[in-house]
Amino acid sequence: MKDEVESREDRVAGLKGMGCSRKRVEDARFTQGKGNYVDDLKLDGMLFGDFVRSPYAHARIVNIDTEAALKVPGVLAVLTAKDLEPLGLHWMPTLAGDKQMVLADGKVLFQGQEVAYVVVQDRYAAADGIEAVEVDYEELPVLVNPFEALKSDVVLREDLLAEDGSIPDGAHGPRKHHNHIFTWEAGDKDPTLEVIDNADVVAEETMYYHRTHPCPLETCGCVASMDKVNGKLTLWGTFQAPHAIRTVVSLISGIEEHNIRVISPDIGGGFGNKVGAYPGYVCSVVASIVTGKPVKWIEDRMDNLMTTAFARDYHMTGRIAATKEGKITGVHCSVTADHGGFDACADPTKFPAGFMNICTGSYDIPTAYLEVDGVYTNKAPGGVSYRCSFRVTEAVYFIERMIEVLAIKLNMDAAELRRINFIKKEQFPYQAALGWEYDSGDYHTAWDKALKAVDYDGLRAEQAQRVEDFKAGKTRKLMGIGLTFFTEIVGAGPVKNCDILGLGMFDSCEIRIHPTGSAIARLGTISQGQGHATTFAQILASEIGLPADSITIEEGDTDTAPYGLGTYGSRSTPVAGAATAMAGRKIRAKAQMIAAYLLEVHDDDVEFDVDRFAVKGAPEKFKTMNEIAFAAYNQAIPGIEPGLEAVSYYDPPNMTYPFGAYVCVMDIDVDTGVPVIRRFYALDDCGTRINPMIIEGQVHGGLTEALAVALGQEIAYDDMGNVKTGTLMDFFLPTAWEVPNYETDHTVTPSPHHPIGAKGVGESPHVGGVPCFSNAVQDAFRPFGNTHTNMPHDHWRIWKTANELGLHG
Amino acid sequence: MIPAAFEYYRPKDMTGVLSLLGEHGDNARVIAGGHSLIPMMKLRMADVPHLIDLQGVGGLDDIELSANSIRIGAMVTQHDIIDHNGLASAAPILREAALQIADPQVRYMGTVGGNVANGDPGNDMPGLMQCLDATFTVVGLDGERDIPARQFYEAAYMTAREDEEVLTSITMLIPAGGYAYEKQKRKIGDYATAAAAVLLTKEGNTCKSASIAMTNLSDIPVYSEEAGAALVGSSLDDTAIKAAVTAVLGDIDPSEDNRGPVAFKKHLAGVILRRAIERAWSRA
Ligand SMILES: Cc1cc2nc3c(=O)[nH]c(=O)nc-3n(C[C@H](O)[C@H](O)[C@H](O)COP(=O)(O)OP(=O)(O)OC[C@H]3O[C@@H](n4cnc5c(N)ncnc54)[C@H](O)[C@@H]3O)c2cc1C
Repeated sequence: MKDEVESREDRVAGLKGMGCSRKRVEDARFTQGKGNYVDDLKLDGMLFGDFVRSPYAHARIVNIDTEAALKVPGVLAVLTAKDLEPLGLHWMPTLAGDKQMVLADGKVLFQGQEVAYVVVQDRYAAADGIEAVEVDYEELPVLVNPFEALKSDVVLREDLLAEDGSIPDGAHGPRKHHNHIFTWEAGDKDPTLEVIDNADVVAEETMYYHRTHPCPLETCGCVASMDKVNGKLTLWGTFQAPHAIRTVVSLISGIEEHNIRVISPDIGGGFGNKVGAYPGYVCSVVASIVTGKPVKWIEDRMDNLMTTAFARDYHMTGRIAATKEGKITGVHCSVTADHGGFDACADPTKFPAGFMNICTGSYDIPTAYLEVDGVYTNKAPGGVSYRCSFRVTEAVYFIERMIEVLAIKLNMDAAELRRINFIKKEQFPYQAALGWEYDSGDYHTAWDKALKAVDYDGLRAEQAQRVEDFKAGKTRKLMGIGLTFFTEIVGAGPVKNCDILGLGMFDSCEIRIHPTGSAIARLGTISQGQGHATTFAQILASEIGLPADSITIEEGDTDTAPYGLGTYGSRSTPVAGAATAMAGRKIRAKAQMIAAYLLEVHDDDVEFDVDRFAVKGAPEKFKTMNEIAFAAYNQAIPGIEPGLEAVSYYDPPNMTYPFGAYVCVMDIDVDTGVPVIRRFYALDDCGTRINPMIIEGQVHGGLTEALAVALGQEIAYDDMGNVKTGTLMDFFLPTAWEVPNYETDHTVTPSPHHPIGAKGVGESPHVGGVPCFSNAVQDAFRPFGNTHTNMPHDHWRIWKTANELGLHG
Repeated sequence: MIPAAFEYYRPKDMTGVLSLLGEHGDNARVIAGGHSLIPMMKLRMADVPHLIDLQGVGGLDDIELSANSIRIGAMVTQHDIIDHNGLASAAPILREAALQIADPQVRYMGTVGGNVANGDPGNDMPGLMQCLDATFTVVGLDGERDIPARQFYEAAYMTAREDEEVLTSITMLIPAGGYAYEKQKRKIGDYATAAAAVLLTKEGNTCKSASIAMTNLSDIPVYSEEAGAALVGSSLDDTAIKAAVTAVLGDIDPSEDNRGPVAFKKHLAGVILRRAIERAWSRA
């Protein structure tokens, strides 16, 4: 038999389990154009829907005249809020405890808001039909600045006022003003202020983390199909959380949940943009119920950039206190958060500012206080986690900028300042001042490795020389060294404090082993490009001893997959990956009993060995998992049910805390504002590494989106609330041309509470990358007196910094 | 992003094109590579009820080189320009500029004729052609006429070409001396934040002739005679370059957009021009 000659090493390799750079099984279809995205779906008699959108950021709707539109060939119906009202569907709940208009109910609150939904035979008719709908608007004063909104008499949300004009509490407590949404606090205010008042040194900075957008290559869309014969609604869509969508659809439509089937087919990137529920979904479902036909809705690029789920828009003020030697004693962070016209942030219910309270970063800071005020403005709703866990990019940007600002104040090297403040290895699990318990970490080792890899001292010497040359007129290029050490908080999360719309944030895996030794596993998550079908099979391969190539991973169909909360916030591996391992262990436990029966020994006398159970002390006596699988289906084993299946619902005991050390070396042309990234080094510690190749791919992707955000990507508004960056000509999406070469590296500090020690990595590079690119720009100007300039660092803003520092002579 | 309905025609010869243009007047437009026109139609910024495709018309896609002149057919693509070795050695500035336009996919379709006829201040070829002192030949029902590139542009999207006329070719003398097309953009596929086309000749250490044009710094391309004159007779010392920059700054009129405010663009125009001049001089 082949098994007898195969070495143990060969058997391990044959599984392609954990640690193997297995090629992505998804890529065969993606690289051949054989993916199956929602827009590939074509059903008999399928209709299309599209929106009439508001050209104004704030206006009252005087009248909507649909008569001309209904005469356009191919136009079947035009839905307005009046049509949805009898169904109670003209408004819908948001994930943040607010409600949002599905179609404009008397007014519009942002440019691009959905005003009417045109149901048509084909997309061409949709474009013509939309043009023919006549809407009379009465313009209202526009508020695009949250600080002004908090002072303004203009009421954006009359629907949230009480009859007597007073301001009732919102979903997150008292509201201070009619345009105020919530105040959220963490930490201890008075002790923090006291530490700051009495500190040797206090550095203060105000920074704006601009509004941007996840901009997945595939925009949002869906196909709703109501089968009037069996009463079943099928909804295909670009959903990052298909089960949650099913529950939401059931709650707001009244259709029983068993009669709703939600399917996420292949998804072309999500990055947080596809977590929430959008008016397009609701209108398509209504249109399908009304017409009895499938209805498709797909955003175009402008719709996507202008309306569905932006990210960030945080105005942050920080104060950081330290001793003369640089030991940080306290930090105060105060945020004004621009949420747009409706509060549609996608955060766990109890966290209206997400996990912003991770903003003490990787440092042992004894006292801290965070306050966040959410504000309504005339901008699109959203506030999602763009390639990060909830608001973690904001938190890490904040602290990594504050460290740099403090280093300037102390006239200290920023690498050294970090080093002396890191949480020490022996302090883990570490209780942070703002509430989290960091599970594990070894920051000093990672930092030293990174600085050595880039020859940090050499870089600083080169930079000093460059500054001299610049001052002597020998060069017009400055050199910046961007540093970042980040700690993420991912894998939401423990059901005791994490839920979305009341749904606990556990996740799940169900496994069926087939008689011939192959398997299918289904999960409550959904890949949008992360390669789940590859990596989850690897986890299982190592857990149950069947080759990854013999394991199918399936996600995204709520009729077949176990309930889960979906994929975002780097939660798939920490939560569903844990469920997979745990379900695998259940399979293994049963397999052990079967093996013992077959080998005629006691259960305790067999042990698992790669792909088999062998008799302890007699390794030549064994049963492979293949043999065991077959036995499960063809033998009557006393006391054991036939079959080999398992399911696990995993409620994580804690979040996981991936970390990393990044260094960026940048040359900046002072005269043109053009930055050139000479070098980018990224060390990631995501705990146990499942597939190094996929990790590297994730790091490249996340860094590229970080580069985009730091160096130019923004959703900008003018004073009238017009979106200035609504197409890819102005919204910066880097291509291979703009992307530098990335050097990746790692350390491994497994999570102590995760079954396989994995922590998640898809978002780390974005979280760490943004401040690293930004710090490089800022560092280049540090010798000339710069402390902070806001992102995005596009050419003209870099030029402006140089100009204001007097570097243009 | 769907255009309004339109009629599509694909005539086989120029007579067919001209008669359709005559018939439909300003309700008709020709389409070449479509990479400026189609986006505008999709955004419904251009309404073209009658679209006349030039792809079926023969004789418009030749590159002809003679001893001292170049003739480029209107339907020659930007890729063809890059790909043509004879052209690249005769007038290397054409390849240098074409390589900085858009991206390869756009350049396979986009034509030189469309680029210069379009009248968008962002297009790179108009300034380039002014620098080269090229001549555009247009044909209408009344026959052909020649229009110098330096007199072609009137305002954004407004040119000396009549609606019923079609651009057939571009001719120019083979340029001598050094050259440079210097462009700053935000990313691949972007129009210029500022761009400069420079041609220089040199005798000994003295500049004999200079031609300078700027892109996307006004609502039309800016050919600056004064800037060129500032260099002629000098050894391209700092004073001369400064004078050329000052002259250009007097001629441009940039407007604020997402690429930056006016002050930045003016400063950048000077920087880019200086670099173009220095590079051209090093090649002269
Ligand atoms: C993403 C992107 C990036 C781009 N970046 C740049 C850039 O950096 N620099 C740059 O210069 N351009 C850029 N372009 C534009 C591109 O070069 C176009 O191809 C070019 O401007 C027009 O050429 P065309 O053949 O596509 O013309 P079309 O789009 O077919 O036509 C453009 C206009 O010219 C008219 N026209 C065309 N041919 C003739 C003719 N023979 N006679 C009379 N009128 C005619 C048409 O009626 C139309 O009004 C970009 C385009 C895209 C899509």
